[in-house]
Amino acid sequence: MANKIPRVPVREQDPVVRATNFEEVCYGYNAEEAALEATRCLNCKNPRCVAACPVNIRIPDFIHHITEGDLRAAADTIHVDSSLPSICGRVCPQESQCEGSCVLGIKGEPVAIGKLERFVGDWALEHSNEAEAPKIEPNGKRVAIVGSGPAGLACASDLAKMGYQVDVFEALHRLGGVLSYGIPEFRLPKERVVAREINEVKKLGVRFETDVIIGRTMTIDSLLDKEGYDAVFVGSGAGLPRFMGIEGENLNGVLSANEFLTRVNLMGAWDPKHSDTPVYVGRKVVVVGGGNVAMDAVRTAKRLGAEAVIVYRRGEAELPARKEEVHHAKEEGIEFRMLTNPTRILGSEDGWVTGINCVEMELGEPDASGRRSPQEKAGSDFTIDCDVVIMALGTSPNPLIASTTSGLNINRRGCIEADEVGTTSRAGVFAGGDAVTGAATVILAMGAGRKAAKAIDEYVRSK
Amino acid sequence: MFKIVEKRKLADNIYEMKIAAERVAQAALPGQFVIVRADEGGERVPLTIADYDAERGTVTIVTQTIGHSTKKICALEEGDSLADFAGPLGRPSEFVHMSDEELKKRKYLFVAGGVGTAPVYPQVKWLKNHGVDCDVIIGAKTKGMLIYIDEMSKVGNVHIATDDGSEGYKGMVTGLMKELVEGEGRKYDECVCIGPMIMMKFVCLTTKEWNMLTTVSLNALMVDGTGMCGACRVTVGGKTLFTCVDGPEFNGHEVDFDEAMRRQAMYKNQERLDNDNREHKCNCYGK
Repeated sequence: MANKIPRVPVREQDPVVRATNFEEVCYGYNAEEAALEATRCLNCKNPRCVAACPVNIRIPDFIHHITEGDLRAAADTIHVDSSLPSICGRVCPQESQCEGSCVLGIKGEPVAIGKLERFVGDWALEHSNEAEAPKIEPNGKRVAIVGSGPAGLACASDLAKMGYQVDVFEALHRLGGVLSYGIPEFRLPKERVVAREINEVKKLGVRFETDVIIGRTMTIDSLLDKEGYDAVFVGSGAGLPRFMGIEGENLNGVLSANEFLTRVNLMGAWDPKHSDTPVYVGRKVVVVGGGNVAMDAVRTAKRLGAEAVIVYRRGEAELPARKEEVHHAKEEGIEFRMLTNPTRILGSEDGWVTGINCVEMELGEPDASGRRSPQEKAGSDFTIDCDVVIMALGTSPNPLIASTTSGLNINRRGCIEADEVGTTSRAGVFAGGDAVTGAATVILAMGAGRKAAKAIDEYVRSK
Repeated sequence: MFKIVEKRKLADNIYEMKIAAERVAQAALPGQFVIVRADEGGERVPLTIADYDAERGTVTIVTQTIGHSTKKICALEEGDSLADFAGPLGRPSEFVHMSDEELKKRKYLFVAGGVGTAPVYPQVKWLKNHGVDCDVIIGAKTKGMLIYIDEMSKVGNVHIATDDGSEGYKGMVTGLMKELVEGEGRKYDECVCIGPMIMMKFVCLTTKEWNMLTTVSLNALMVDGTGMCGACRVTVGGKTLFTCVDGPEFNGHEVDFDEAMRRQAMYKNQERLDNDNREHKCNCYGK
């Protein structure tokens, strides 16, 4: 029978302290806390959490193993469906997936599935050397993977386990894709988590090569026709940052969240002693947008010493970011200006940002999609003084691969056209993750990579 | 790691390096650039490609020491390695898509300024190999700052301009252009200009009077160089474009040079601060 105790709280860094450093915000559960929280699971006969998980992790099963103290079995259970538990436990929007459908959540607090997953994932990384090295019989086939983000890593790992020789090509100088350049250290530690997850994939015999831009250094056509790969998986991620198209967007001090986060995370600008890459925050930063990337940018700006504000055109209930990130941001002293839309960025004579003009919005009647669309309140213009404006409005696909691959169809939005399992219009080319869906989540990309691995295996076998 | 197989000094503070980068060498075309990182912790620096040798597997870059990162690159010697060398990036020059028939009908005027002479070289060389002889104006402050004169003379008709008249025409490249076009009545279908922003701006103002199609190559600030960050955005014909994926070559008559120059200077203050900090030896605790 499940334990009727309240959800075990997770220990976190003090908000005042953490707003000045880049250490991880959440410490996660220790073994005792995890074991106690695990006892809360009702082990439902018809587990709604599993159905709500994009990759259908057998949640009650792995939690049950925790209660029995068998963490190896818990890790193995998760690994059947997920390749990156340490990462997904940290960055998944659990409140709208597994935890959002937990029966306990109807009257009280759901089981902390994400924190338990993270605990098991971290345990597995720490104890990976004790696990039996997988014995893999090579099948003599080769697959090339474009991009070392979550989709590519998941696809590479599954294919390697099936006996394929897998070569991953990464455009940047560091592996991990968005896990390295996008998500900040304080939410996803690079050495302790990302590097170790990648190391697990390397142990399977997967080869990684950085500084290779597919579409430029080599093309998909050449990988298939010249280099002799049996198939290619494209997990190249989202792409070009979007801007609003308002006046003043090219002033000095206006940048995309991608640029800001890449400077800080990938290039290490938060630590000027070890990095040559500059980053500028000034006294006050306004971040436009309400997603996870906006939260990452605004909290990073705060940590670099600026006063930091979120400007979002809809209401708080509509914020697409994870609830936990919004909560953490508020704790750290981030100002939220909801129902506010920028109309113009103001600049000094020498072309630097001095402020941002906004209007207040109100939510109108629900539109065709059911969402209440924001409308301007007449005469509500006002100005927020600031030195930097960061646009976190999502991305549109990078045309590099589509434009250099013959016979690869793209859809209306410029994303690569692919079916459920990643099959594209070009035989032998599979795709998944943000390159197909547009900006989405780590777990969806990971799931797409795994489905494609299966499809690639079927394709190569049937050739 | 990418090994420096040859290094030579071209002028004060300007160095040429041949880098072992087989894949880049095989894929490179005129007009493209690479992203270079000297070491762990180094900036990603975009540098234009000055030459490439697919057989030897080498790519040539020419670097002028301007800030901390370019100094770091130039301090490396033959046998040392660059941490990263990624490319070729950007779209190749338009003419590589033209047939030899089309090309034969076209007359090109290249205008190169300072270190911008290096990326002009593979373009002129490519056209020469496709049967097109081009006029090339090379400009510099003074004789000692001229680079690639011998190389360029083998593939094009070189005309030199120096500000102080120590070699060739005395004055700006725009003056020499006027001599060729208005003085000698030479006709060109297209002008390709690569050099400092301010020079490209004035060359464009000059060619606009002649209604001469002008292509410029912009050296905007970049972080990733693959279309991800948007640091390199530039206004062309009223539209915001990304230099790294839409360029680096654009119709010069449509480029907003004033904005481009302002954006290029975005991190100037910080870089200077960084340099000062690095060169300032603190004696506070030394005793």
